[in-house]
Amino acid sequence: MRDVAVIGVGMNKWGELWDMSIRDIFTEAALKAIDDSGVDHIDAMYIGCMSSGLFVGQEHLGSLMADYLGQGNIPASRVESACCSGGLAFRSAYMDVASGMNDIVLAGGVEKMTDVGGDGATYALATAADGEYEVYNGATFPGLYALMARAHMERYGTTRKQLAEVAVKNHDNGSKNPLAQFPFKTTVDGVINAVMVADPLTLMDCSPITDGAAAVILCPADMIGKYKNHPAVKIIGSGHATDSIALHSRDDFTSLKATEIAGKKALQMAGKKLSDINLCEVHDCFTIAEIVVTESLGFFEPGQGGPAAEAGDTRIDGKIPINTSGGLKSKGHPVGATGIAQIYEVVSQLRGESGERQIKNAKVGMAQNMGGSGGSTLVHILEVI
Amino acid sequence: MFPSRYWREIPHRYRLEAGKCTGCGFVAFPRRLVCPQCGQREFETFKLKGEGELLTYTVIHVGPSAFVDDTPYALGIVKMDDGVNITAQISDIGLDNIEVGGRYKIEFRKIQSDGHSGIHAYGYKFIPIR
Ligand SMILES: [Zn+2]
Repeated sequence: MRDVAVIGVGMNKWGELWDMSIRDIFTEAALKAIDDSGVDHIDAMYIGCMSSGLFVGQEHLGSLMADYLGQGNIPASRVESACCSGGLAFRSAYMDVASGMNDIVLAGGVEKMTDVGGDGATYALATAADGEYEVYNGATFPGLYALMARAHMERYGTTRKQLAEVAVKNHDNGSKNPLAQFPFKTTVDGVINAVMVADPLTLMDCSPITDGAAAVILCPADMIGKYKNHPAVKIIGSGHATDSIALHSRDDFTSLKATEIAGKKALQMAGKKLSDINLCEVHDCFTIAEIVVTESLGFFEPGQGGPAAEAGDTRIDGKIPINTSGGLKSKGHPVGATGIAQIYEVVSQLRGESGERQIKNAKVGMAQNMGGSGGSTLVHILEVI
Repeated sequence: MFPSRYWREIPHRYRLEAGKCTGCGFVAFPRRLVCPQCGQREFETFKLKGEGELLTYTVIHVGPSAFVDDTPYALGIVKMDDGVNITAQISDIGLDNIEVGGRYKIEFRKIQSDGHSGIHAYGYKFIPIR
């Protein structure tokens, strides 16, 4: 396998982009990544998208996006793994370059979620759960994560306030991110007293419905000399694992096995320890998810994720900064784009280009992207060289 | 909902028919073609008794359109004594009286209706054992 570097990143301002189609949203972010890298063409492309068919009635994104990106007849693939479709696109592009098959490869992600109403979005998102044995009986995604939250509270004494602290911290970080959908700050009371969605989770425990895209450009590490716009960032670890699609089929609802396995694989491949990681973007689709993920990755002992969030350990100036971008909570969650936007944040931090939310001496960063209620997970580790 | 999609799940939803691995005894609900525990491919039909303990629950206040008239409704995961976990709505109990660890049994209930002219969809809900 060849060593692979990320030489360009691009992302647009996320939100309710009424005047933009899915092709415009994707192409805008992809062009930014191409410009950022300095490449004059790409050899292949991977697009993470969860459900353009249900959200905008459009499949076959490989063809559509390669055409609108002006890249003619290149091989272009749309990949899907629910909310970690973006992470999967990144890993697919990484494997493509590492294998020697292609040199300059774009990994992107996109979702256009506001062309359907709230109920249409709920329906589309629910297809990431077990259709016949969860959704049929009335399960929703906030509901599934609420089941995890209740189990975590019962087992470890995790508190309502600790969940809220995750949202408060992520909105603090997001307020420093000019691309975030909801860059406002909030408070513990603001989260707890928001409208109830699935007890104990309120609207402010949930990531929003978002239109957006992000893209990155990969090339073999020995070619980066040609593209010197920024400090080069190498991909040093990639882990991918699955678990049962139905939450109820798992032995434990208070940890995420696919995340645990993917995290270990990525660390092993990178030859790094958790203590080497300077920042981590995690999949906080709901506040409880950030707590469980930080435990399953091993940053905190089981049951200690809540107290750690409350103590400020995960803030930008904490022991391990989590979601400096604002996370899915504040930055937004256009599902297929989220995994690539995490890479965007990690690369920006490692380059020292994160402005107000820049952490000091960031050398190694991690990104964890998760599908459904944890049925699939991608973990990547990057290092500045 | 296309009738065949509904119809083919009836053995599970109406009669609680699971599959029991003839190799290791693993209970598959719904049925599977291969045992995830031992790799065996032979199962015998096994009717769940349908009683167990509530492992976790939530009360859903914002529901999908099929359940919008039911909100707020409780949803839980029950560990069946038969050795399999099931997700379903919790019914016939005040929402404030639900507790993790409580004993529940499965009853046959209407789950949703497919619009004004579509089929009624039936299945199971959890009812407290008193
Ligand atoms: Zn077996």
